[in-house]
Parts: sequence; structure tokens; C-alpha cells
Amino acid sequence: MVDRRNVVVAMSGGVDSSVAAALLVEAGYAVTGMMLRLWIEPGLEAHNRCCTPDAMAEARRVANRLGIPFYVVDVKNAFREIVVEGLLRGYSQGITPNPCLLCNRHIRWGILLENALNMGADCLATGHYARLRRYADGTIELYRGMDDNKDQSYVLSVLDQSQLARTMLPVGEYSKQEVRQLAHSYGLTVAERAESQDLCFLAGQDYREFLARHAPETVRPGAIVDRAGKVLGRHSGLANYTIGQRKGLGVASQLPLYVLEIRMEENELVVGEENELGHRRLIAEQVNWISGKMPASSFHACVKVRYRSPLHQAMVFPIGSDQAEVEFDAPVRGITPGQRAVFYYNNQVMGGGMISSGYD
Amino acid sequence: MDNQKRIYLDYAATTPLDERVLSAMMPYFNQAFGNPSSVHFFGQQAEAALERSRERVAAHFSAHPDEIIFTSGGTESDNLAIRGTAFARRQKLGCNRILTSPVEHHAVLHTVEQLASLYGFEVEFLPVDASGKVDPDDLRKSLDKDVAVVSVIYANNEIGTINPMVEIGQVCREFEVPLHSDAVQAAAHLPMEQAGQAVEMISIGAHKFYGPKGVGGLYIRRGIDRLPVQTGGGQEYNLRAGTQNVPYIVGLAEAFDLAQTDVAVRAEHYRALRDRLIDGVLTSLPNARLSGHRSDRLPNHASFVFAGVDGNHLLMLLDGAGFACSSGSACKVGDPKPSDVLKALGFSDRWALGSLRVTLGTGTTLEHIDALLAALPELVKKATA
Repeated sequence: MVDRRNVVVAMSGGVDSSVAAALLVEAGYAVTGMMLRLWIEPGLEAHNRCCTPDAMAEARRVANRLGIPFYVVDVKNAFREIVVEGLLRGYSQGITPNPCLLCNRHIRWGILLENALNMGADCLATGHYARLRRYADGTIELYRGMDDNKDQSYVLSVLDQSQLARTMLPVGEYSKQEVRQLAHSYGLTVAERAESQDLCFLAGQDYREFLARHAPETVRPGAIVDRAGKVLGRHSGLANYTIGQRKGLGVASQLPLYVLEIRMEENELVVGEENELGHRRLIAEQVNWISGKMPASSFHACVKVRYRSPLHQAMVFPIGSDQAEVEFDAPVRGITPGQRAVFYYNNQVMGGGMISSGYD
Repeated sequence: MDNQKRIYLDYAATTPLDERVLSAMMPYFNQAFGNPSSVHFFGQQAEAALERSRERVAAHFSAHPDEIIFTSGGTESDNLAIRGTAFARRQKLGCNRILTSPVEHHAVLHTVEQLASLYGFEVEFLPVDASGKVDPDDLRKSLDKDVAVVSVIYANNEIGTINPMVEIGQVCREFEVPLHSDAVQAAAHLPMEQAGQAVEMISIGAHKFYGPKGVGGLYIRRGIDRLPVQTGGGQEYNLRAGTQNVPYIVGLAEAFDLAQTDVAVRAEHYRALRDRLIDGVLTSLPNARLSGHRSDRLPNHASFVFAGVDGNHLLMLLDGAGFACSSGSACKVGDPKPSDVLKALGFSDRWALGSLRVTLGTGTTLEHIDALLAALPELVKKATA
């Protein structure tokens, strides 16, 4: 039942996925639109931007305009169990996870892809700004999108070869500007909505309030200490701080102080001066090598330490099958356990893993 | 996939307009286009068509023409019947109770809920058995003269079960309480003549029997206390203000004529196809159960529940395979809730979330039923969590 020409597009009602669908229709694929119904904290449904009735109506309008079938896939329970629980677990371990990565790996390229294949589709297409290169032997490489400002390859670095084999990224070859023009030329009057939210299920509320309700152990007050262990003050709960944060510490000091470390077990917040912030090295765990194979040797790379971080020059040393040590050319700030380090070689995504620690 | 290759099995949701109905409607859009209330000849032409339609509809209820009120559809008819009599009988007699069943269409359920929450009526739900039927003896136990109106669905849209309306009507008559019935599904497949004798108010909607959407009727017996819900001009015996939608009313009358003619013959034809489908599904799928009554159900209606199946997903897979069906829990925005009707029948969420409704119509063939039976086991398996 595999038909090369059946593609399911993950639609959000936004311009990128709408243009992705239009490009595929124009290229002659048999396109079906699907939209995920995610979990939203009960009571906040009206404030969520991603899967509101408005966004669904918009996606439905686009599908209608393109003459393609459209379905909404309910993944509320799985989203709650995998993404939301994953986030809460991370915070209670003192790390700062990126829920979009969990969602991509397990929900979009898990449940949605499964639904698409069930429907007889061959591929799942999304509106991400990233590019794929397919080789005759079946291997697939993942590259940054053409538009540097919009590149979303970071959030796709969790995908393996079998997932990428079933993936199409039609807008990755274009800039955001071109995508807007394409939308116009296809007659898709997609409303310019705010960009998708990082924590869509919080619907704009402060994540700290959410944590206070669902993981109260992360908001217990405790001591603020320096590297030497000297107590400088009290913190209001570790979830209220991120690495590199300066404001809101409430500790008097001659030089500005920054959050250096979150010690969940001791419920301690470690602070220090600016020159203590950066790290030369980090360890990444659960590394996903896009090729599916651990590189034979260390390699020079550019590394992102969070989604919006700049690219930092570094050497990447694979350790065992799923770990890597990254050694930066210069100290890098904001290395945060739980976030993802992604390794690029020129424009190609080599792999990435969860940061377990930063050190010198 | 083009529509030619798709198999439509959702006739309880809506039906295609019959060509004969379309032809009957056409002259009233731009030729005999007058306003039936006007004095001049254009108005008289339209009025003649309107009143002729009223007579045709009335005949099928064995009713007087002035017992037929034209509305915008089944939902409005339900609202008018229930609100109209509830308010009138409270004003006149102080009646403050409403009795209904837990398996009503939302047009009734949400109406009585609002009458309770905003207007202080006391709404009581009669019990139903495992097939969704109301027992007239249960009604007798709850009924008294302080009841403003009783509303019981004639044949349920989700599960197809037909209620014993004649017996229920007799109980209501013992207490002189008006009985309303939503017959939006039933009117397409059951003779309404008998019902007109037993029930004081009956709602119908044209698009369920190959008529146009957006037009319906209410049979309301002479002498039943009533107040208008929509106020304005004096149309429809002062009960439903607004210029009548003449072409659509003509369409309703034509379609209702066609539906009520040879109704038993067509029912026999549908029943054979339906039973083949029901037997086939229950034989080939061990995790399937029929919802609703095995025999006292709409002749074109088959409904199932599948344990552990995601009903929304099943509908999507069916659509992908070219079968247009429906379910009680499905919803287009992907937020499925177990249907109130299935829960009232005692199904747990595990069963109620996996519901499927297949409803047959004029376009349905034996080949369609067999194609569905061939495809279903694999699709149900894929939709099983």
C-alpha cells in the first residue's frame, strides 16, 4: 500500500505548514492535512495559540482551499504523559528540559507519523525550516534551513534515520520572506499569528506558576551560596532560576552576581561573578547521531547549547555509543543541564544530546 | 479521491437533495418569488404554494393544515415546541416540571437544560433500558398535572432505537400533559400518520429525507397551549414570525411526500442491507457490540461500539479508505468525549469512545455494504489503542 505520492502534512494553521502543504499539492502529491490536538492545562484552552479552535479553523480553511482532506488527531493523553510529565520530572531533578524536543520525537514523529502511515501515507511533511539530503544507499543527512534566522534544524536533531526516511521538509529551501510570498501567490491568506509558543500547553501563563501547582518540590525556598559554600541569602525555589540569570537574586554584592549552578539535592542555588559563568566543556548524553553511527573520531564542529544560542566553535569527542564531550575554543555561557547541545559541521547536523554538565 | 469513488454511509447526518425536490423548488426562487403576506398576485402565488405545502405535510400526520408550522429546521421545531408550551403552560397553569429522556438530541437536551438553569423549570430525566428505550410505566410514575411538557425522541440519531410513542402518548393523555417528540430521524423512515394521533407535537427537518437544509416543520395539535419563541410579524398563526422561506417549504413538502410514500417498501429494502451489515460486523469483529435495539431501530441505521478503539481515528481511517461514516463521540476539533447517549445506555468510556454509526440511504448498494465489511476488520485493528 506504499504509494510514493501520498503525503500527510502536519498543519498548524500557520503560514509555514500551509505553504508546505501547497508546495506538495502543486508538486502533484496526494496530500492529506493533519493537526494535533495537544493537552492544555484545563481552564486555559482559550489562551493557547497552537491548537485553538481558531487555529484549527484556519488550518481547515487552508486544507479546503487546497482541496485536501483534513483531520484532527487527538494526542492529549500522550502529550500529557510524555511531554508534560517529562518537563515536570526534569525540573524536579534540577534540569531545564526542552519539551518541544520530546514532542517532536514522540508525538509528531511518533503518534502523528504512525497515524499517517496507518492512512497509507508514505511520508510526513512539516513546515520546519531545515533541509534533508537523500543518498542512493538510503542514508539521509539533515541540514540547516536556507533562512539562517528561521533555521529549525535544532529541534529536528532528535530524529533517527527511520524517522527522517519518512520526512519531507518542503519550506526548508526557502526564506521566511519567500514563504510569505508563496503564501500570497497561492492565495493563502493565512493570518499572521504570533509564532508558536515554546510551552504551548501553558497558554502564556508563567511556567513557574505551573510548576508550583504540579511539582511543588521545585519551589521550596533554600540557600543561595557562592562557590566556596558561603551562604549569601535565600532563594524562593530552584525552579524560579535559570543558569546565567542575574536579576531577582536579592543578594547584595559589589559586583553583579549570576546563577552558576542549580543543586537540586541540596536545594541550593550557587551564584558567582560574571567571569565564573562560562564553561570550556560540556558532556552530552543520550546523543543521537543523525547518521545512526557514532563518528569514528573527534571532529571540529559548531555547537548550539540551546535553541536560540549562537554557534560556538568546538571539538566534539564521541564517548561510547551515546555520549560526547564538547570542548569549546572559548568559554561559553548559559550551558544548562537538560538543554540540548547540537553539533553542526558547516550546515550539516551531525547529532545532538542532552547536556548533563558543564565544566572547565 | 473524487466523490465518485467515495461511499457515503452517513444518511442520518444529512442526505443529498432529490432531483424531483430541486425541480419543485426552482420556480419559487425567481419566478413565483412573492412574499406570501403581500396583497398582490405575486404574493398570492407564493401564498398558494405555501398553503399547498402545509396541506401536503398535514396529510401525512392526519392533521389539519393549521396544525403545521414551518421553521428553519428540526432544532428550531424542538425549541419552539418545548419552550413554547413550557412557557404557556407555566403562565396559564403554573406547571413547572419538564420530563424528558437522557437520550435526546442536543436540540432538546440543551433547550431543557437552559429552561432549568435560566428559567427555573425542574427538569427530570426518565430512565431508559439498555437499548435506549423509555418505558411508558416509568413515565406514568413520574407524570402529574404539574408537568408543562414531556419530550421523548421518536428514534434516536446515534443508536437508532425507536421509542413506543403510541403508548407514551396514551400515558400523557391520561394526565392531559402535551407530549413532544423529535422525529427528525424517524420521519425519513417511519410512517407519521399514527404518530400524529398519539403525539401532540412532532419536529421534522427536511434534509434528513432528501429535502433541503435549513427548513423544518412542527406539527402542533389544535388546542395545545403555546407561545411564540421568535416574535415579529403574524406569520405561521402568530407562532413563528418572519417571512416564510417559500422555495424551501415547497421542497420540504415535496420531499416529505416522497419519504412517506411507500415507506414500508423502502424500509424493507434498507432493513435487509442493515441486517447484513450488523450480522457481518458482529461475526467478524469479536470486540464489537451493537448499540441500540436489535430490531426496534430505524431500518437504515446500524451503530456499533468497539472496545478499546479510538472512534475518531477509525472515522479518519474509514474516510481515507473511501467510507464516509459517523460516530457518537467524534468531533472535528479532535477533542472526543464519550457520548451522553452511550453513557446513558451503560457503556463505559472504553466502549463509548469507540463508536461507529453507519446509516444507509438511496445510494447504498449491497456492494457498498460488502466493501465496508471487507475493509472494517483491518481498520478497526489499526484504530485499536
